[in-house]
Amino acid sequence: MKLLSLDVFYVVAGVFLLLMAGRTALMRGHPTRWGSAIFWGLLAVVFLGGKTLPPVVVGYILLALVGLAATKQVGPAKADAASPGERAASAERLKNKLFVPALLIPATAIVGTLGLAKLHVGDVWLLDSANTTVTSVCLGALVAVIVGIRLTRAQPMTPVDEGSRLVQTVGWAIILPQLLAALGGIFAKAGVGAVVADLVAQALPTQYPFVAVLAYCLGMALFTVCMGNAFAAFPVITLGIGLPFIVHQHGGNPAIMAAIGMLCGYCGTLLTPMAANFNLVPAMLLELPDKHAVIKAQVPIALVILVANVLIMWFCVYRF
Amino acid sequence: MIKLIGIVVIALGFALRFNTLLVVLAAGIATGLVAGMSFNEIMALFGKYFVENRYMTLTVLLMLPVVGLLERYGLRERAETLIKRAQAATTGRVLLLYTAVRQVSVALGVNIGGHAAMVRPLVTPMAEGAARAKHGELTPQATQLIRANASAAENVGNFFGEDTVFAVGAVYLIKGVLEAQGVNVGVWSLSLWGIPTALVAFCTMWWRARVLDRRLGRGLPGATGEGGQ
Repeated sequence: MKLLSLDVFYVVAGVFLLLMAGRTALMRGHPTRWGSAIFWGLLAVVFLGGKTLPPVVVGYILLALVGLAATKQVGPAKADAASPGERAASAERLKNKLFVPALLIPATAIVGTLGLAKLHVGDVWLLDSANTTVTSVCLGALVAVIVGIRLTRAQPMTPVDEGSRLVQTVGWAIILPQLLAALGGIFAKAGVGAVVADLVAQALPTQYPFVAVLAYCLGMALFTVCMGNAFAAFPVITLGIGLPFIVHQHGGNPAIMAAIGMLCGYCGTLLTPMAANFNLVPAMLLELPDKHAVIKAQVPIALVILVANVLIMWFCVYRF
Repeated sequence: MIKLIGIVVIALGFALRFNTLLVVLAAGIATGLVAGMSFNEIMALFGKYFVENRYMTLTVLLMLPVVGLLERYGLRERAETLIKRAQAATTGRVLLLYTAVRQVSVALGVNIGGHAAMVRPLVTPMAEGAARAKHGELTPQATQLIRANASAAENVGNFFGEDTVFAVGAVYLIKGVLEAQGVNVGVWSLSLWGIPTALVAFCTMWWRARVLDRRLGRGLPGATGEGGQ
């Protein structure tokens, strides 16, 4: 048994979303009051219900969420943040104590990953050992909220309202990563990957060792750009291009190929709006007017690392 | 070939700037239909994967209340005040240091970053504070450029620290996929071969940090269009 499994935190997040939906419904001045309240309420249902809901019901809830977002019924509340003067005065009063809750999050993550994950009495474990990194970060966030409330002497509802303001700044884009992951699952079920791998393999003269390396590295990057997830691209491109050409045909080292191939996939992740959680959600969270500003900043980085990966793999994979 | 229709839908939908959620859903439905699934089967698949991937949204959701609370009480202002006292701090150096911390900690198997937990409340105020201390008030373009690069610093540190030293996540996936094909690879050699790229990634970030500092010094972001629009 696990005391703090992912399911516990899903319920906490569900309750937060439910409170958020309720508070939004009560906001008379909210420009998209009812649409937003229904959107966050339905998302709360998915978090609370989770696996006990039949998947097809979740699918139709998803259809409703997308419908609300596409018809512009979901938006941020009118600005109700503390004034810059209030914030500066509070910063002056609390000074470095303000960092304590913020730093408790990484501190709990470290303690959680290295220590708490091993804590157990008989069969009762404190953290879910399969998901230690996620559960310790969640635990850190909750510890930090409690310490934060004590430190600032804020009302218990203040974190809910402030968190709700930030969630609504991100808006409907917050479910994009989950939806894209679902799309990736459907792509995999439908066999999209095999088609892509075949196309690349047929289009390039893979009888040359360098071309095989190039095809594999570019295939990983390109397919990750399409899928938004290097983990989804890896099995497809490795079985379609990497193993048959680099390892079997030219006798390359599979460990070198696979390790660097995955990193080529990460270069693709830096380039694609499909990796919404890394590229689009942060742009919303940081309130950037250009949603693609993060990707634009990453283009030179991704290209340099990708070229380096091709060269490192070509130089090493047939030699070691 | 017809199975690639989903990718076509995505490319067209993004190009025509339809709502992103709608485009993704449409791509999934189109792909499912050409693969011979019924509409309800597609909805059930969407539902199943959506629920399984709740963890992707979970950390952001749980992080934002404490971040919002601390922001209301002046965390970003305090971070700026502190960084303005450090003479040697420049925007680029703040971001480069963050990438380094991120790479090392991820390599040790500890997740201590994130756009919600670190970049918004701590890294961007410090990076912007350092820029203000050196160059005065920032234009909206300069702010956007700094924030976009702060996100890049987080992503680069996160992705290119992962495979080294302590094998986590990705390494087990690689091992599993290869073993299913009868190819055995050691966890340690997979980790080892991630190190050259990790170093390249850090050097690339060092170059971008210098470019950023030079651009901020010139008063305007460069005319190459990166970040500013």
